[in-house]
Amino acid sequence: MSLWVIIRISVKALIRNKFRALLTTLGIVIGVVAVIVMLALGRGAQEMVKENISSMGTDVLWVRPGSHNSRGISGGAGSVNTLTIKDFEAIQRECPSVEGASPTAATMSQVVFGNQNWNVRVEGYNERFLRLRKWEVVQGRFFDDRDVRTAARVAVLGQTVVEELFPDSQPVGQTIRIGHLPFKVVGVLEEKGADMMRGEDHDDTIIVPYTTVQKKFKGGVLYVQAGIVKALPDRAEYAEEEITELLRQRHNIQAGEDDDFDIKNLSEMAKVLDTVLSVMTSLLAGIAAISLLVGGIGIMNIMLVSVSERTKEIGIHMSIGARPSHVRIQFLAESVVLCLLGGLIGLILGMSSSLAICELLGWPFSVSVESVWVALLFPTAIGTFFGYYPAHKAAQLDPIEALRYE
Amino acid sequence: MNMTQSAQASREFNCKARAAEPRSGLLIQLENLWKIYEMGTVQVTALRDVSLQITEGELVAIMGASGSGKSTLLNILGCLDRPTKGKYLLGGVDVSTYTAALRADVRSERIGFIFQNFNLLPRASVWENVEAPMLYAGVRKLERDRRVEHALEVVRIPEKARALPNQLSGGEQQRVAIARALVNRPSIILADEPTGNLDSKTSEEILSFLRGLNEKEGMTLLVVTHDLETAAYASRLIVLKDGVIERDQAEIGSRFFESPANSKTVFGEQR
Repeated sequence: MSLWVIIRISVKALIRNKFRALLTTLGIVIGVVAVIVMLALGRGAQEMVKENISSMGTDVLWVRPGSHNSRGISGGAGSVNTLTIKDFEAIQRECPSVEGASPTAATMSQVVFGNQNWNVRVEGYNERFLRLRKWEVVQGRFFDDRDVRTAARVAVLGQTVVEELFPDSQPVGQTIRIGHLPFKVVGVLEEKGADMMRGEDHDDTIIVPYTTVQKKFKGGVLYVQAGIVKALPDRAEYAEEEITELLRQRHNIQAGEDDDFDIKNLSEMAKVLDTVLSVMTSLLAGIAAISLLVGGIGIMNIMLVSVSERTKEIGIHMSIGARPSHVRIQFLAESVVLCLLGGLIGLILGMSSSLAICELLGWPFSVSVESVWVALLFPTAIGTFFGYYPAHKAAQLDPIEALRYE
Repeated sequence: MNMTQSAQASREFNCKARAAEPRSGLLIQLENLWKIYEMGTVQVTALRDVSLQITEGELVAIMGASGSGKSTLLNILGCLDRPTKGKYLLGGVDVSTYTAALRADVRSERIGFIFQNFNLLPRASVWENVEAPMLYAGVRKLERDRRVEHALEVVRIPEKARALPNQLSGGEQQRVAIARALVNRPSIILADEPTGNLDSKTSEEILSFLRGLNEKEGMTLLVVTHDLETAAYASRLIVLKDGVIERDQAEIGSRFFESPANSKTVFGEQR
């Protein structure tokens, strides 16, 4: 008996009970929808994380003063201010895996130009900022090492700030007031867009030399709030080791004592985010598994009903030469076709709902090949597994009993 | 279509089956056959040491009261059931120990069934009903179509090919069943009360047609009946009682009873 004939007979049998078939396969539909949405959301979230990281630049390490959590209250407030500008100069100079390093300093401040004003994050970096943060200047120039040395009052503006302060004039060459001090605008950064995860606007920022922030806004402190280090490609782990060794040496930390600084790796942060996502994903996977299981049991139930309804028909088929295996394959095919129908409906519903959800969250949406496989393979497996017992039961019928059945 | 054409078609239809087995060879051989049903603690003996031989081309009627074991005998002969003890040789091969799958193959290749209540597939068209046995025998599509068309012509209802069984009269349904039984060119046709649900005129037509198959094509037929008029069409009568062959009047020359079929042709047309 050819596969085509078997499928044709199955489809005909299902069409006879359209509504029942549809209800039966609902569990499969829901299961497949859950799996597809899970895949789409997982993928969307992953892509978002990736975008986020690449917007910060890969191989970036953040170095911060010692975390107080390791020693509780014994460290005291002053002990966290352990990093100095000289530490970063040393990192730049002595660590072979480091491409560039910069101390950073940040403050929130009111900026004014003409009759416009805006509250903005003012970030201090050294002249390596562009390479460290993978950013470009689209107008004017970035400040240089001389500006950093002299703590010059020069500023490079992000796009959002430009839009707020200079709605209809050229910013480069103008003088703005940050806090109480006048700054010269030397350049404008390219637009980077919003950080989708934290809802933070990358472009809502002003970059100035870190020396200027420390001298003009922080009263001339010498310690550093944080620093950014960019490792050579794929050398982030080595860079982390080298920095740790260097700083422990510089800070005279004995073996066995804890570090008085903290290095964070962006890809590590991404890993943490991934973990959170995978928890969400496994939750959805659980829902999918349960509804597929329940759907499978529903399939088995209705197939058993179908077998007893068609006992006489099975008897007739056997009398005209159907082997038990013919009967078995026929009912198995019917169960698989039924499940595949659910899979296809689930594919359509799942795709449209993940499209809607991604649209709603502003996440990227992509049709995945996996989804199509899921919609085909899961139902086939379930149809085979849960259809086997009813099909076997049909095949084991005694032809005489079956023929006598009314 | 007139009678001559019909007979011609029928002849062509069965020539291959007869070519495969020598005419008047021994077709069925039962040796000391027992069938015992276990019903809880009670044993019911349906067939008791039955021995029987049926030759190619015979038309045998089996009679007996209900409970005499005639249905059991038919089921075993049709490989729907297997004997408890004894041998059943079909065409020289012992099929009494066959598994369910092998018995299905025997049914597919060698046996055609005709039932009292027709047993057509209710949701399949006439065409599909006649085609069904060939699906299990692995006949290719083109050949299937050819044979279905032919079989429907033989039983003379080609115009009903697309109809569903419940749109047909009883006689027409039984003709579809006959077409279905013939389509795999079986060695023997087993008919279980083939006219039990038909009026007397239609019964006569069906029986005459069956005898036409036997006389003109040499098809071996075995008819179970409790009706003397039906048995009258046969050339040999076996009477069962309490699971034992009480009477076997074989090869008694012309007719067992005075047969009304002498003046009839296939489907009762006057000569």
